[in-house]
Amino acid sequence: MSHASLSSSHGSTAAARRAGPAVDLRPTDRVRVGMIAFLISEAAFFSTLVVAYITYMHQTTTGPTPEEVLKLPLAIGGTICLLASSLTVHVAAGALRGARMGTFYFTLFVTIVLGALFLLLTAIEWRELIFEHHLTISRNLFGTTYFTLVGFHGAHVTVGVILLAVMSGLARFGKISSANHDPFEVVSWYWHFVDTVWIVVFTVVYVVGR
Amino acid sequence: MAVVEGASPDTPDFAAGSRRHAAAVVSTWVTTVDHKQIGILYTVTTLVFLIIGGLEAMAMRLQLWSPDANLIGPDAFNQLFTMHGTTMVFFVVMPMLIGFANYLVPLMIGARDMAFPRLNAFSYWLFLFGGLLTYFSFLAGGAPNVGWFAYAPLTEYAFSRDHSTDYWILGMLVSGVGTLAGAINLVTTILTMRCPGMKLGKVPLFVWMMLFDAILLVIALPPLTAALAMLLLDRGLGAHFFDTSAGGSALLWQHLFWFFGHPEVYVMALPAFGIISEVVPVFSRKVIFGYESVAAATVAIGFLSMGVWAHHMFTVGMSNALDAIFSGASLLIAVPTGIKLFNWIATIYGGRVRFATPMLFAVGFLAMFLMGGLTGIMLAAVPVDWQVSDTYFVVGHFHYVLFGGSLFAMMAAIYYWFPKATGRMLDERLGRWHFVLMLIGFNLTFFPMHIAGMLGMPRRIYTYSADRGWTYWNQMATVGAMVLGVAFAIFFWNIYVSLRRGKIAGDDPWDAWTLEWATTSPPAPYNFEQIPIVRSRRPLWDLKHPEDPDWDHE
Repeated sequence: MSHASLSSSHGSTAAARRAGPAVDLRPTDRVRVGMIAFLISEAAFFSTLVVAYITYMHQTTTGPTPEEVLKLPLAIGGTICLLASSLTVHVAAGALRGARMGTFYFTLFVTIVLGALFLLLTAIEWRELIFEHHLTISRNLFGTTYFTLVGFHGAHVTVGVILLAVMSGLARFGKISSANHDPFEVVSWYWHFVDTVWIVVFTVVYVVGR
Repeated sequence: MAVVEGASPDTPDFAAGSRRHAAAVVSTWVTTVDHKQIGILYTVTTLVFLIIGGLEAMAMRLQLWSPDANLIGPDAFNQLFTMHGTTMVFFVVMPMLIGFANYLVPLMIGARDMAFPRLNAFSYWLFLFGGLLTYFSFLAGGAPNVGWFAYAPLTEYAFSRDHSTDYWILGMLVSGVGTLAGAINLVTTILTMRCPGMKLGKVPLFVWMMLFDAILLVIALPPLTAALAMLLLDRGLGAHFFDTSAGGSALLWQHLFWFFGHPEVYVMALPAFGIISEVVPVFSRKVIFGYESVAAATVAIGFLSMGVWAHHMFTVGMSNALDAIFSGASLLIAVPTGIKLFNWIATIYGGRVRFATPMLFAVGFLAMFLMGGLTGIMLAAVPVDWQVSDTYFVVGHFHYVLFGGSLFAMMAAIYYWFPKATGRMLDERLGRWHFVLMLIGFNLTFFPMHIAGMLGMPRRIYTYSADRGWTYWNQMATVGAMVLGVAFAIFFWNIYVSLRRGKIAGDDPWDAWTLEWATTSPPAPYNFEQIPIVRSRRPLWDLKHPEDPDWDHE
């Protein structure tokens, strides 16, 4: 049988009564849906780590404990960096849509710097934890859950910084532009997601768990 | 199917040409991003794993033939049941269903490929290498021996000091990432790639069920990934997640594993329901009874399946309140599942039923899955579970669900869609032999397990003493396993001969109604010359019966 005939009844006079309900020809967007599905899976992944952290909160049998070694100033500094970077990446996405490339490059650059700054603050904190307080992943249950949760989040920030850097390169070569801004749009969603996870991590680790 | 021709010994020139040809065929299959080729790769690979997992099961059945047997030692037996379970769940049932979805979903929704074709190939290769990594453990000192759900603290370094558990973790992680990528791809494909007119309420039920199957995977698989990462950190870096001496908890692993593990059961069941919902109407010559209620029941099952995981843990000593909640939620799942069974039976009722092989397997599914469901209701009741937990009763139950359920449906699917994928029909006479022997062998193997279990035979023991009264039931099961071996031999022989001499199928051998039958068998790489426009749930019916199209009745 001919499959062409499946699509040919449109507008034919004989088939006018038989044409059936009108069909919706709107295109839908696979890049966005794919990224949303991926972020849902990421949310499930981090939820598991957070549940493990909460389950083991105050269960550690030996020190050092979070009360002894976790310091707020560095973590608050990191939080400010990430929250500000969510703002700048949002501005960058709008600038790319509106073809304001100067603003786009500038805000994207600031976002990357803020992300890198967050990682630097984490590195400083970890250096202190590991070398001054001798807290490692194997030292006690707190170290196990802390380095796992914060480490997986840090790895995601690192991936985000790399993705943003790649985006700026792609923009230079014209691969993304106001006409094709979806790839940047979904990377910015990923960045917002990583920031949101940090708010949860900060609340659980530095506010509730300390 | 990838038929690679061997080099001919006759003439050197021809041999060289044939080698080039073989290399070209291999390179086509290795580099393909076509959803149909990837679907076939999935199916062929999982059939190979099915043979391996089946041989492992038969080896265990031989060991259990007589009391105090020593054919296979306890260590090897532990490896066999671990690898059998892991293989069947992660490398046979789940990926074969994903392979079917790969092949069928784009055709059924009138698309030219999946949403992300390269991601699709990536998923397949991760699945394959995850499987190879797990099996590589045999060469690296011994296969995993901690059971397919790998309970902590047995998996901790203190109790499992060789690398077999590490291979298990890595194999699960690698194939798990592949499965997750495949699920994201399926969700996106179904939500965004449907042809004009095919609203979500008009997709074939297989597509609808794959959508919820993929959503379940997207939500339930990452917790397993996280748990595996924790276990890997425990073993490799000395972390303490499941180490009770440092304040950790073995119970956390059980919660995390089953939070994945129970939705996983429905990940393996929903596509089977989808297959049955396609096969039963076509061979009953009726529209599915209650499309909307089948679709709604799917949503209900998907939702409920996330809240029942701790019914695997009634014996670990949770509170009475938790036991009651999880028991109630588990019993509740029987309602939407029952709705589906009644829908399928109502579809058959009054139809002009054709008992071709796909329909035989579909009816076999209905009966066998019903029995698995009924023992499932028994096990959801806490006191019954306390009595028979970790006995052969449980083994019998889940084989009725996964073998009598999922695998029977998968066989129906292979007989139904083989003509589409290859252009040739599978042999009906061999198909009937396959079905009859599989039905007999299946019941002979797994029904006695219920009785052995109620007589107190624990699962996973490598032998038993003669005075326990289990010998008779074990021997029945072993005979059944051999019958199953013969049934599968006939199945593979059928594939072999039908690929060469099978009847030419034509585009639409079953007089079916969904879009995959609108194109050639096998379909061209681009699937459809023109993207079809759809106005009802049975677009091919509309085409064949312009005087009475379905949209007048929906």
